[in-house]
Amino acid sequence: MPNFIMSYLGSTLTPGGAGNQFWALIYVLIIFAGVSVAVIAMNWIERKALAHFQIRLGPMRVGPHGLLQPFADALKLMLKEDIIPSEADQFVFWVAPLIGLLAAFTVYTVIPFGPSQAVSDMNIGILFMLGVSSLGVLGIVVAGWASNSHYPLIGALRSSAQMVSYEVAMGLAVVSAIVMTSLNTSGTGTLSMIGIVQAQQQQGVWFIFKFFPLGFIAFGIFAIAMVAETNRAPFDMAEAESELTAGYHTEYSGLRWSLFMLAEYAAMIAVSSIAVTLWLGGWMRPFPNLLHAPAWDFIFSLFPGLTFAGLAAIALIGTVRMPSQSFFKIQRIGLAIFAGLLGLIALLLLVVAVAGRSDSGIVARFNDGIGYVYWFVLKVSVFMYLFIWYRATWPRYRFDQLMKIGWKVMLPISLGVLVVTAIVGVIF
Amino acid sequence: MNDRADQLSNLDLDAPDKTYLDSNELIINMGPQHPATHGVLRVILKLDGEKVLGTECVIGYLHRGVEKIAENRTYTMFNPYVDRMDYVAAVSNGLGYCEAVEKLLNVEAPARAKYIRVILTELNRIASHQLWLGTHALDIGAMTPLFYTFRDREEILKIFEKYCGARLTTHAFRIGGCQYETYAGFEKDVKNFLTFVAPKIDEYETLLTTNRIWLERTKNVGVISAADAIALGVTGPVLRASGVKWDLRKAQPYAAYSDFDFDIPIGENGDTYDRYLVRMVEMRQSLLIIEQAVNGIPEGPIMGKVPKVIKPPVGEIYHSIEAPKGELGYFIVSDGSTQPYRIRVRPPSFVNLQALDIMVRGLLVADVIAVIGTLDIVLGEVDR
Repeated sequence: MPNFIMSYLGSTLTPGGAGNQFWALIYVLIIFAGVSVAVIAMNWIERKALAHFQIRLGPMRVGPHGLLQPFADALKLMLKEDIIPSEADQFVFWVAPLIGLLAAFTVYTVIPFGPSQAVSDMNIGILFMLGVSSLGVLGIVVAGWASNSHYPLIGALRSSAQMVSYEVAMGLAVVSAIVMTSLNTSGTGTLSMIGIVQAQQQQGVWFIFKFFPLGFIAFGIFAIAMVAETNRAPFDMAEAESELTAGYHTEYSGLRWSLFMLAEYAAMIAVSSIAVTLWLGGWMRPFPNLLHAPAWDFIFSLFPGLTFAGLAAIALIGTVRMPSQSFFKIQRIGLAIFAGLLGLIALLLLVVAVAGRSDSGIVARFNDGIGYVYWFVLKVSVFMYLFIWYRATWPRYRFDQLMKIGWKVMLPISLGVLVVTAIVGVIF
Repeated sequence: MNDRADQLSNLDLDAPDKTYLDSNELIINMGPQHPATHGVLRVILKLDGEKVLGTECVIGYLHRGVEKIAENRTYTMFNPYVDRMDYVAAVSNGLGYCEAVEKLLNVEAPARAKYIRVILTELNRIASHQLWLGTHALDIGAMTPLFYTFRDREEILKIFEKYCGARLTTHAFRIGGCQYETYAGFEKDVKNFLTFVAPKIDEYETLLTTNRIWLERTKNVGVISAADAIALGVTGPVLRASGVKWDLRKAQPYAAYSDFDFDIPIGENGDTYDRYLVRMVEMRQSLLIIEQAVNGIPEGPIMGKVPKVIKPPVGEIYHSIEAPKGELGYFIVSDGSTQPYRIRVRPPSFVNLQALDIMVRGLLVADVIAVIGTLDIVLGEVDR
């Protein structure tokens, strides 16, 4: 096998860091596929969870428990007629969804799923992330403007008003986390995403608990701002359905509309990843410093397999509980196959975990990688669940109220937290 | 559209409302197809950015000529038509019409019929308020209350269905009383409902009453003073939230309302939040009324002495009741024939909708939605 494929396998650097374009490309493809699958899964989970919050069943017809519903929707959207209003600015209208999508996906190049499980470890990683993820707003503004229609225009203007109000507080909250990386004898300040997680490991504390409650407040500010950044409830005034019919994407339909949705969900995952990386220890499993004996390593490496085994068990219970009429026969078979698939993944992961225990080469490395990605994804999925929970619980803010909160509440608090963090860090 | 736009641009705009010297106002159509206009209301908004400078309501998309139809129907035949006006509170509409004709005929429904009427009307008031709460919360962005209220409203509709076979357009009452005796287990069903729904109302309040976002979105939004409300003829919870204690159930008791002990909730500020609170308390008060009525329901006939062919004497009558949305009045002119010479309905939604403009001036687009929701209009009733 060519040298450029094999030479990277022993490396502890990211493909970008090692200068290996081949593996960088592989990682990009893996991430692109993974995020797309995550968006599809999120689509299903959101509809199901939201339905259960609201005493409904959610999708139940397409596939067992509606499992194939996202695919059916995607197919429908792809086959729909592609309408561009004659009054619209054709080119800008065409390019707007792509801006949002590009911004959402580009962020993933620096997200560290593990110490070497990232496309690249940029030394200005967090700056890059904030900059690129903010570009998503440009897609919305441009879409609203290009539609040449009133409701999208108002939606776009709201979106820009929204951006100026949360972005500053968000940036300051991030800075206070970055300040924390340098406030320790072992740490030298860093903007690198991997460096930030490693700083948390060296200091032996997730930044959310550092200088309690300072880290917690900064995290809270970011957690609020990131909901505003992704245009999700309760800050979804750019697309406020009951006010602006659909806001900035009123004139969009079919595939272009689905690109907006894809961008929204990808952006949700991206900002959740930032929060996890900065405050929740990124890829680290709980207590990596305390529980670091080989036995603990083994126990924690069983978690991914056990999680999938649990999911398989849930699917199996669903299969058993399915009504016995012949109408449900195909659904039952489908759900059984799905359970089998999950079980197979569980088995594979468990085999890798057991094999990785006695191996010190590539299998062990692979095993470690699975563990990193697992804990990272688990933490991110907590945020994704929160997004759904917010949407089910809260009414929508008015955009002037969001601006008031952004400028009059969040900005002073985050500024104060930053100053106090710096002072406290110097003293202790 | 253009002439309407011209009319709007001639509106006298106070100078302080203007924020930009040379920018143009944006005129947008909200509706008739819009998720939050509760049917087919069309509101033309004149905006400065998002600030509302003026509104104009265009109604009539649901006009069916109910009042004209009445002139070609006998009094009995017209009875089901009134259910189609405020279709979410059809029982109240029927009660108003039946009582008006009874007044014209100078007959009175027997006591038992009156009690049944009160029970069903108050159940309908709760159903109407539940529907209002769900859609109002949905307009403001809270999705979940809608499903909770619809779940609980279902229980009321089940009782209606068992009583008269219909769920929405019930046609529950007849001129002179009720056509149907209560079904076996009616009292039990109603009592079960009372114990079922009381904690559910607490549940809605848990979601909204102290919710920070709900407070920010509704406090000081769409304020209407008591004087303005009276001048515009606004009635119902909207009037009471402005601090006017005016409820026809107390002011001029009809049916059997004088027998029951209940409170009239009033608000102080006349804003959207007060109207929300007033309606929430009204639901609980309705539960009290139903409880008293179902416990004290007398035995006896359910139909008064009404001739087979209803031929009221020559004359005219105005009778109004407190519908869930406000004062619902029927003005009936009789020429002594079997058909009314003229029926004019005073629908609460139509009159309350007039307050929209002064309530939303100077607010934002998002508040227009909140105010339309809080006025609790039903377009079937506005357009008739």
